Amino acid sequence: MSTSTTESMPVAITPTAPSADPALRRARQERRLRLLLPVCAISFALLMWEFLVWYNEVPHYLIPAPSLIARTLVENFGSLMGSAWFTVKLTLMSLALAISGGVALGMIFALSRPIEMSLFPFAVILQVTPIVAIAPLILIYVPDTFWALLICAWIVAFFPILSNTAIGLRSADHNLRDLFTLYRATPLQRLRYLLIPSALPYFMAALKIAGGLALIGAVVAEFVAGTAGQNTGLASRILESSFRNEIPLMFAALFLVSALGIVIFLVTSWLSTAVLGHWHESEIKRTR
Amino acid sequence: MTQPAQITLSHVEKRFGNGTLALRDMNLSIREGEFVSFLGPSGCGKSTALRMIAGLLEPSGGTITVNGREAGDGGDVSFVFQDATLMPWATVFDNVMLPLKLRGLGRAEARAQVEEALGMVGLTKFASSYPRELSGGMKMRVSIARAMVTKPRLLLMDEPFAALDEMTRFKLNNDVLELWRKQGLTVVFVTHSVFESVYLSSRVVVMGSRPGRVVHDLPMPEGPRDEHYRTTARYAETCRIVTEALEGTMDHVDINH
Repeated sequence: MSTSTTESMPVAITPTAPSADPALRRARQERRLRLLLPVCAISFALLMWEFLVWYNEVPHYLIPAPSLIARTLVENFGSLMGSAWFTVKLTLMSLALAISGGVALGMIFALSRPIEMSLFPFAVILQVTPIVAIAPLILIYVPDTFWALLICAWIVAFFPILSNTAIGLRSADHNLRDLFTLYRATPLQRLRYLLIPSALPYFMAALKIAGGLALIGAVVAEFVAGTAGQNTGLASRILESSFRNEIPLMFAALFLVSALGIVIFLVTSWLSTAVLGHWHESEIKRTR
Repeated sequence: MTQPAQITLSHVEKRFGNGTLALRDMNLSIREGEFVSFLGPSGCGKSTALRMIAGLLEPSGGTITVNGREAGDGGDVSFVFQDATLMPWATVFDNVMLPLKLRGLGRAEARAQVEEALGMVGLTKFASSYPRELSGGMKMRVSIARAMVTKPRLLLMDEPFAALDEMTRFKLNNDVLELWRKQGLTVVFVTHSVFESVYLSSRVVVMGSRPGRVVHDLPMPEGPRDEHYRTTARYAETCRIVTEALEGTMDHVDINH
């Protein structure tokens, strides 16, 4: 249609291309910069690292160059992936348990004040006691190491889910509650149509925190158990390499732990946007 | 005049848990088809009275009958809150559908009624918008559509337009009047604006505070209510009478604080 218009009009009106729109162009530029700048910064840091190690002839058992770490990563790919899978399994299972347990208990808390008042101290005690302090005990009492590690990671990830679910379920607008009373909503309807949607933003915030905490819990528990058990998680690989003075392998395992944390963060952030993006203030992008 | 009373309050008293006496010995009877405003300063118990009629609050003394039953049992009552009180996670359509959904109706069964209610307030085109995309006046109209979707006999409104600008308020005043006329509703309207109460109501109940009580029960002149009515001498005169009645309820503390 636009071609026919330009043909019929000999006057030199250049049709505005979408890229000519300054607002659109700015937005695209911003997107490009958002990707480009971090990539450049990280590349620069890695290059500096590589250069300084090479220039000062730092031995690889003190600080290995990024290229050596990458090579170690490739050479030990199979065994490192096995360890990574162990840690992933541990993290995801503890997160799943934290979600199911935290949501269930959070709902009970929201329904009953007396139960909350009696059980909340236990949750707080579990939360404030450092996991490294409890882990040895759990490792003694739980014969299977994997389960012991799972319990440790779960304790760390559990609390934010519990506390945010309980707060979220109570945060429903009072007038909306009255409205549901007025229309004689059943308790189930009230839960499904009012309380759960009101709690979702709180829950998603907790999920972002708990995802990271589950990984931390898994790694810390592995460290504590590392000397005792025959584990193959990433943290025990770091520990093991440190005993053998294999610094490049330590860095390679460390890299995988960070990568895992980043993936967890990206997935939970994406999930949060997918669930809340169309309505909640925290996820809405404002046009300026 | 011959219709039976739809709402009866007799010797109603409300004392809150903290000991505040919010309402003392309120006696009132509202017939079907009336448009009654509760007018008074803040703290006069007008909202409390409305919430008790809705069954959202229990009176601590006296009885309230709505549609021949105890308040809260009658059903067939809708409530519009001061803020629009919409669910931010649901579209306009889903917000309006809520009362029907809570009655167990499916989306397909409810569609016609929801669309009719949206049509009443002129928001058919915004069915799939989210509340955050609407202006304050539009949100309030969604709230009214939600109240109307069950075709209630009684509409209770708690200072619904207090937070809106004057142009929007005038427009919504006319919308409510039209609904009242066309649907044969009974409306109980809580407001602190003399002009609004005189414009809308067939009867203004003036209330005083400390403790909340009914001071005057003033019938309003009959006749058409439209933009022209706001400029008539009769409207001005009625407003003056109601203002004097309202000022009579306040001691100097209320005025000079």
